[in-house]
Amino acid sequence: MSRDFDWAAFLFLLGALRWTIVLSLIAFVGGSLGGLILAVARTSRYVVLRGLAGAYIGLIQGTPVLMQLFIVFYGLAVMTGVRIDPWPAVTLAFTMYAAAFLGEIWRGAIEAIPRQQWEAAAALPLSPGAQMRHVILPQAFRIAIPPTVGFLVQLIKGTSIASIIGFVELTRAGQLIVNVTFQPMIVYPIIAVLYFALCWPLSLAALRLEGRIDAALGIGQRP
Amino acid sequence: MKYVFQFGIVRDHLPELLNGAWLTLRLSFGAFALGFVLAVVLAFLRGSGPRPVRLAVGGYVELVRNTPFLVQLFIIYFSLPELGIRMEATTAALIGMSLNFAGYATEILRSGIDAVPKPQIEAGHSLGFSRLEIFRHIIVFQALRTVYPALASQFVLLMLGSSIVAAISAEELTAVTNTLQSTTFRAFEFYFVATGMYLVMALGARAVLHAIYWVVFERGQPARGAWAR
Amino acid sequence: MPLLALANVRKAFGTHVVLDDVSLDVETGEVVAVIGRSGSGKTTLLRCINGLEKVDGGSIQFEGNPLPADGAALRAVRRHIGIVFQSLNLFPHHSVERNITLGPTVTNKVPLAEAKAVALDALREVDLEDKLHAFPTQLSGGQQQRVAIARALAMKPRLMLFDEITSALDPELVGEVVKVLERLAASNMTMVLVTHEMGFARRTADTLVFMHKGRVWEKGPPKELFAAPKTKELESFIRAVLEPND
Repeated sequence: MSRDFDWAAFLFLLGALRWTIVLSLIAFVGGSLGGLILAVARTSRYVVLRGLAGAYIGLIQGTPVLMQLFIVFYGLAVMTGVRIDPWPAVTLAFTMYAAAFLGEIWRGAIEAIPRQQWEAAAALPLSPGAQMRHVILPQAFRIAIPPTVGFLVQLIKGTSIASIIGFVELTRAGQLIVNVTFQPMIVYPIIAVLYFALCWPLSLAALRLEGRIDAALGIGQRP
Repeated sequence: MKYVFQFGIVRDHLPELLNGAWLTLRLSFGAFALGFVLAVVLAFLRGSGPRPVRLAVGGYVELVRNTPFLVQLFIIYFSLPELGIRMEATTAALIGMSLNFAGYATEILRSGIDAVPKPQIEAGHSLGFSRLEIFRHIIVFQALRTVYPALASQFVLLMLGSSIVAAISAEELTAVTNTLQSTTFRAFEFYFVATGMYLVMALGARAVLHAIYWVVFERGQPARGAWAR
Repeated sequence: MPLLALANVRKAFGTHVVLDDVSLDVETGEVVAVIGRSGSGKTTLLRCINGLEKVDGGSIQFEGNPLPADGAALRAVRRHIGIVFQSLNLFPHHSVERNITLGPTVTNKVPLAEAKAVALDALREVDLEDKLHAFPTQLSGGQQQRVAIARALAMKPRLMLFDEITSALDPELVGEVVKVLERLAASNMTMVLVTHEMGFARRTADTLVFMHKGRVWEKGPPKELFAAPKTKELESFIRAVLEPND
């Protein structure tokens, strides 16, 4: 028995969109904390910290996120004999994924600050802690905002992969509706439009922030 | 934790894993080639076409970059058949990956083209070059050299993103790995080996791309470029 | 006792020797202009003086004490040595006032109100008291360099180092910065400047140091050296700088 795609189906999709947003936010917040730790570790004086953080980031960035999701969802279950619910598995996998990418972005932001800023701060003199607090991190934060917003878009799109293990976010909801209505030509493009409505404004915001922040930090200006 | 490691089982199934990896590589290189050619055309049109064309290209790029690859794949594999366009999973995977890659590559190429200093283009005009000649003789080499690292990164992303075609049952490495681990219950061993294979492919690709960069852009040129030390 | 004493300083980056047996004494109140071609080691020399570069051999003594290698000891000495770089001195996300009060308040633990008064005085010294609340990106290059000087002065240094501070400026902005340097020299500040401003060197410097291949090639009062260089390297350098189109 099949139904046509109707308002009830559309509302169902919107409900699932809610889970897409929630999952993205949780992964983003968790990933931000992890990313901050990784960025500091990557720019620290201690080789061991740099190496460990680098290895973690290299592992996450060198393997498919779907594989990471499978490992968390299926792998841990088979190895420990304990069934993992989709919610914890998905939030864990995407948080770990986000932490690696945000860590790289923020490390890049810290390293983008010209050497003279470090030297001017150190020569003032300011202690290393004060350098970070007053000079480096405030600038790194501003530099990092556009690519961080850009990554948020990546993250939102990435949550669609959770559908593959059955987690009901927007894409999975679309599959369920198609299974009932047999109208993929209507449903999937609508799904695409919903993602677009969510992601495109963020992408535009990232572009605009890039322009404004460059001017505020004097990037591209002659000294 | 009661888990005994048995890598022997992985060894028994190595041919299947390698087949999966081979499909991953074929899809990646194929999609890169097709997507790149498309991206060059689109990048040129985005800069030098009539206004409706420029807007259309821009719209395509924004669409591809702001919707999930999985959904694009579903549209190609599940929605198009309603219009009578049917295809195998592997073909859909290749087309999906190519179109997706082209979306990103167009943007990357555009930024490289814009980075070519204006005086050079003006010099081309004064020498009487047509737009196409300017593109071919002045822009292409320099633009590619500037954006090569970004393109190389995008290729690795493409290769890792190929895993998503497992969702439409294309038998690439991730799909094969998951099937094997679920039938043999050797999750750790299979994931460990498959992860290793992806890492090898990703690192190998980076090394090869780096070598290509050196041969094409640095040998016979004075030292410079994004990757020159 | 000289304020600053460099003895047999040697510095190499890998196998490339940048400073080769450099000795120099700077007395309190002396203005030393260091000139030379790029690659002569003059910038590295300056950066060794406040510890931004570590020397591989020889010694650097400030006020009779060896320069500490790093840490809190080096920071304690840096309080008394101000430095202005060629560019990107100021912190773009802070106002001019905050740029100047940062060092005194955070490092010297001076109360903010007092630091603000010091900042205003320092800006008066460089003719920019109306720019107190401006941000660096709103200033011209010359104004930024002058604020950078004010920021260094706010820490009440005993020695001021300048690393080609006018080299990145548009020509019409150089004069206002040189004027400040001359005022500073007249106030008996001890200054070591790496510079290309030959006019300033000739008029205002007490000692000219010409560096070549990592060595102090010639040293002495500027008027003497300009009038009668003893070595052909200095002679060709002067000619190249004063008549660049020959």
